[in-house]
Amino acid sequence: MDNTIASTMRRKYARRLFLRKLKSDLMVGLTLLATVIALVPLFLVLGYLLSKGASSVNWDFFTKLPVPVGQAGGGMANAIVGTFELVGLASLIGVPIGIGAGIYVAEHHGRGLAQAVRFAADIMMGIPSIVIGIFVYAVVVQPVGGFSTMAGAVALAIIMIPLVTRTTEEMILLVPPELREAALALGVPDWRTTLSVVVRTATSGIATGIILAIARITGETAPLLFTAFGNRFWSTSLTQPIASLTVQVYTYAISPFASWQRQAWAGALVLTTIVLALEIGVRWVTQGSARAAR
Amino acid sequence: MAEKLIARGLNAYFGSNHAVRDINVTINANRVTAIIGPSGCGKSTLIRCFNRMHEVVPGARVEGQVLLDGEDIYAPGVDPVDIRRRIGMVFQRPTPFPTMSIADNVAAGLKLNGVALSRSERNRIVEHSLRQAALWDEVKDHLDRPGTSLSGGQQQRLCVARALAVKPEVLLMDEPCSALDPISTARIEELLLELKENYTIVIVTHNMQQAARCSDFTAFMYAGSLIEFGETKQIFTNPTRRETEDYITGRFG
Repeated sequence: MDNTIASTMRRKYARRLFLRKLKSDLMVGLTLLATVIALVPLFLVLGYLLSKGASSVNWDFFTKLPVPVGQAGGGMANAIVGTFELVGLASLIGVPIGIGAGIYVAEHHGRGLAQAVRFAADIMMGIPSIVIGIFVYAVVVQPVGGFSTMAGAVALAIIMIPLVTRTTEEMILLVPPELREAALALGVPDWRTTLSVVVRTATSGIATGIILAIARITGETAPLLFTAFGNRFWSTSLTQPIASLTVQVYTYAISPFASWQRQAWAGALVLTTIVLALEIGVRWVTQGSARAAR
Repeated sequence: MAEKLIARGLNAYFGSNHAVRDINVTINANRVTAIIGPSGCGKSTLIRCFNRMHEVVPGARVEGQVLLDGEDIYAPGVDPVDIRRRIGMVFQRPTPFPTMSIADNVAAGLKLNGVALSRSERNRIVEHSLRQAALWDEVKDHLDRPGTSLSGGQQQRLCVARALAVKPEVLLMDEPCSALDPISTARIEELLLELKENYTIVIVTHNMQQAARCSDFTAFMYAGSLIEFGETKQIFTNPTRRETEDYITGRFG
């Protein structure tokens, strides 16, 4: 009697187990499929860029200026230098402000003004970048009377500040409060504790955030259309319009000329490579420090 | 016997929560004083009042006096930073600074306080402090490794060395062994006996055997109040208060 019951139960559970495993395998399969679909566009973009752009990337591309339509050759040296100048300048403005604001928000976590700054940063991150371009056009370009590198850098910095502020804040909040107490208990003044212990401990995380913010602004086009404008010629002046890879790619890509379109592909490839290198660099550095910490 | 620290009418609050109630206690110099009591009775809060660490928590405040060598550390015009240099603290969980090497951790208190040291002077202080904390022999060959690479017990002794390097007069220890294994605990307890020659030590502990083993005086706290204070021997063998006896015999807590 007992045996029959036991074997009935066993059969029943075996059946249930089989169904559960089937369901589990099905769901795992679905998530795997979703992952593959999510990755396909990335590899398609990279592959397409390579196939279309690689043939036009050569030494001239990095060293020569753009040439008029109809002439062969030429490059985007001015745009490459321009992108670095714009991004460098924007970082000089945006990184210190972003870090400072991030420290303030973290140190006064949850209190009045800090909460307001944090909220403002969140909103700023959601503002379309073209709006920031128009804003800088109104407050910098129009009063000064012309497009300039400076205006472009200001627009990029405005995009960068909330990103750096929020990462700095989050990285500082990850530092265990015990470390701050330990430093204070040694008789270390507040400001010194914050800088030399708390911010110092969060440094690698903050650096990661900064590099990701740099990668982000390197790829911005819209805010530069109204501010740095673009330039067919060589210029590194802060008060003149300046070329950038993104704007150059945009201009060339919408042109009707096959030679310009080829250059646009090459520019897109170089731009993507720069951004990708920054992101992979971050991975590499943070993994390195994670290993060292262990 | 000199009186090092005296609390007079000491009250501590977290917002509206009255955590420490009207404490009067005298801590003797060059002795180990243990504070025992059930969880949440205000032991940690009390010792954090002794070096003005309580007020670091937002919304926390202190009333009353704490006299260090006869001078009130809560008097107006007293800089809490100066008090914390004179009264060091070791916390429940080891807290080596993760960005610093073993040697830098020990010298951190001096360096971050802007004390300019020659290399040899610094090395001498690092070695002396690590020897005092009974850690020197274990780490002397790799002082440049990160402080976080040590085991938990070693990290805690590193924190003791770090606290000693700034030459405090009093050392407050907030359950320094609660995260340690028995062997590391024994090392820290031996350390207490050595350190009391030069320092005044106040230790909060949950472990009554520990209090009985290594303290000269014991304070028993309950619900924020100091119930009984006296020589450790007397507290553990012949307590005058019923609550103390119930607690040390394990009837509650």
